Amino acid sequence: MSALPAVCLQAMLELRNITKRFGDVLANDQVNIVVQPGTIHAIVGENGAGKSTAMRIAYGFYKADSGELVVDNEVRNIATPHDAIALGIGMVHQHFMLVSTMTVAENIVLGAEPGSAVNLDLAEAASAIQKLSEEFKLAVNPNAVIEHLSVGQQQRVELLKALYRRAHLLILDEPTAVLTPQEVEEFFAILRRMREQGKTVIIITHKLSEVLAISDEVTVMRDGRVVGRLQTSETNAAQLANLMVGREVLLRVEKPEAHVGDTELTVKDLSVTSADGTKRVDGVSFSVRRGEILGIAGVEGNGQTELIEALAGLTPPSQLSGEVRLENRDITKADARARREFGIAHIPEDRHRRGLLLDFSLAENSILGVHDRKPIVSFAGVFLNDGAIRARAAKMIADFDVRPTDQDLPARALSGGNQQKLIIGREFDLQPKLLLVSQPTRGVDIGAIEFIHRKLVALRDAGCAVLLVSAELEEVTTLADRLLIFHQGRIVGDVDPKVATIEEIGLLMTRGH
Amino acid sequence: MAEIFTIALIWSTIRLSTPLILAALGGLFSERSGVINIALEGMMLAGAFTAAAATYAAGNPLVGLLAGMAAGTLIAAIHAVACIRYQADQVVTGTAINILMLGLPAFLSGAFFLSSGSTPQIPKEQLIPRLPMVIAFVMVPLSWYVLYKTPFGLRLRSVGENPEAADAAGVPVARMRYAGVLLSGLLAGVGGAYLSIGQSSLFTRNMTSGRGFIALAALIFGKWRPVQTMLACLLFGLTEAISIQMQGVVKLPSGDDIPVQFIQMVPYVLTIIVLAGFIGSSRPPQALGIPYQKER
Repeated sequence: MSALPAVCLQAMLELRNITKRFGDVLANDQVNIVVQPGTIHAIVGENGAGKSTAMRIAYGFYKADSGELVVDNEVRNIATPHDAIALGIGMVHQHFMLVSTMTVAENIVLGAEPGSAVNLDLAEAASAIQKLSEEFKLAVNPNAVIEHLSVGQQQRVELLKALYRRAHLLILDEPTAVLTPQEVEEFFAILRRMREQGKTVIIITHKLSEVLAISDEVTVMRDGRVVGRLQTSETNAAQLANLMVGREVLLRVEKPEAHVGDTELTVKDLSVTSADGTKRVDGVSFSVRRGEILGIAGVEGNGQTELIEALAGLTPPSQLSGEVRLENRDITKADARARREFGIAHIPEDRHRRGLLLDFSLAENSILGVHDRKPIVSFAGVFLNDGAIRARAAKMIADFDVRPTDQDLPARALSGGNQQKLIIGREFDLQPKLLLVSQPTRGVDIGAIEFIHRKLVALRDAGCAVLLVSAELEEVTTLADRLLIFHQGRIVGDVDPKVATIEEIGLLMTRGH
Repeated sequence: MAEIFTIALIWSTIRLSTPLILAALGGLFSERSGVINIALEGMMLAGAFTAAAATYAAGNPLVGLLAGMAAGTLIAAIHAVACIRYQADQVVTGTAINILMLGLPAFLSGAFFLSSGSTPQIPKEQLIPRLPMVIAFVMVPLSWYVLYKTPFGLRLRSVGENPEAADAAGVPVARMRYAGVLLSGLLAGVGGAYLSIGQSSLFTRNMTSGRGFIALAALIFGKWRPVQTMLACLLFGLTEAISIQMQGVVKLPSGDDIPVQFIQMVPYVLTIIVLAGFIGSSRPPQALGIPYQKER
């Protein structure tokens, strides 16, 4: 029953001329990657550059159309993850591959169970897991159920799962996307410990600072091809960004001084209680003025989502207390539609859930929220005015550089960055007095990030009040003119992002003081 | 009222629960692997017809039982190939199988026994009224053990909850799902065989009369867990037993008999009430009904 390799293999991986097509899309085009044993190897590139595809081929999740996989100097046929595991390869996927209703121990042993075919020995599993977690300092309770664990703990389970299968080569797909700055530090320490123990690590990422901090070597990919192989010690962020995007990129947005005007939004003692009775936002008060970006930093799940939804009018008034004023109007009880009329625009954090109808066309998506206004509707609101809709959508697509430009495509067909640009175009078109924007560049390419950042600053300079929530510390600190820090539903800090250090902010985010 | 609640009622309950337990445990294996099995009814019919026909032909009920199991498994194989290999809609496939199995036994009995709808009478000494009952009640703890205490069970549950995760862990998703669906046909086949060569002595047209669906309801009511599912089956069996004993015994205040059709409705009405009342609190396997397709 045991699927473990009998002897420990020295893992070294080479992809030779790997090509992979999905329909018309060439995801990998003659990709060559060499990973030296005992190193941490970063693979960087924008979304859709083919990083994950290449690694999923190495793990047997996808089958390459052509090319060879070489493990330990031998050409291998890796047709399923099972084959990869047998060769000592482990992979931690971006979206965790855990069965949420099962325990930690069950997840770790799944597919490589101890005991016999008629007896699953979970006690033995627990002790093996205990040993591994001590060896690599990965503390988890083997009997906890996955759905009750934090994301960071779930990631540890994923690592243990690979280690339990005696993986000597670990492939990690965007492992830090879900972690706080402090957790990232701990995580990097774990990776270094693994390298010391002789493991080889491949880390897929698009965060250049992390590449520079952790890796020994870098492979850069763009449009399905490898465009650079570098020693980390001999490169820098600017060079990597240029290779990734294929042109010069401004990593930091140029931002003129803010010209702050009158107060636009005043929030007084606002609390949000969720349906299960817990207080998600706990008596916060602040204000946003015209011409400034007020940033909110915090570990995700500390009430930022609930705050933005409450301000956008998406929370039932019965769950709210306190007062929200837009200019001099009390809008505490106004619904989402009324708030839009008053001049509040909202770029939601989850664009698939709140921002778009994925199966509707770009043109249809471009009128969400103004679908009852002239000139979108004609004849007393009975008919949609197709000509006006198309003209408006075409202008939005051109102004906000949405690609591809075909407005009849379903929103689903666009990359994350282009979906986001469409939403931003739609919300900016309202000419809002107040913009609520949450995680504006999540899952968005470097090139598009730069574009979105410039647009946000331009809107600010046009006199709009902007409330920005982001889990990317670098994003809030560069964009915001003032920065509030959220911890457990309260504001625990009000700092000047030009002065405060990342360490200070990180401590406030995690400890609340 | 006292004349209804007797030892005979308990026996009757156990007898009537047996086919439900067998089919529901079958459904458990299929649905825990992520494949909706609305075709339990059809699989039971296949088992019932084949068992009766084979027993009549061979003169041996054990041959009949094995033939019934084989027939249930064969029908399950159709469901499995359609749902797993060809990723057909599981409810539509199941419904098609149920419709097919309403007609096919009648057609075959016409061809073999020159009768439309039923098989010839089997002599009393060639019936097996006890064995399937034993199988049913032994299968309850056995299913629990297999599901929770063996690697096979862990893998089966994992493909029903999150097939992608299972695949990433090296578990062959399709193979596990085939195993789950085929087991469901095997068990439903025993349940069907019990109806024709255990409780009765011949196959009659549509003799399951919805028991496959009641078993499915019991599975949901039992939260996809073996012991709870058995309890749910016993509840439905008890209701049916009571409704049988009530016939001609309980009278309206006016002194007239309650129309027998009303009494026969009781188990089905209870099914609806139970499902409407409890379905919300019962959490199905997360990947139930979703074909697993990996990009290749």
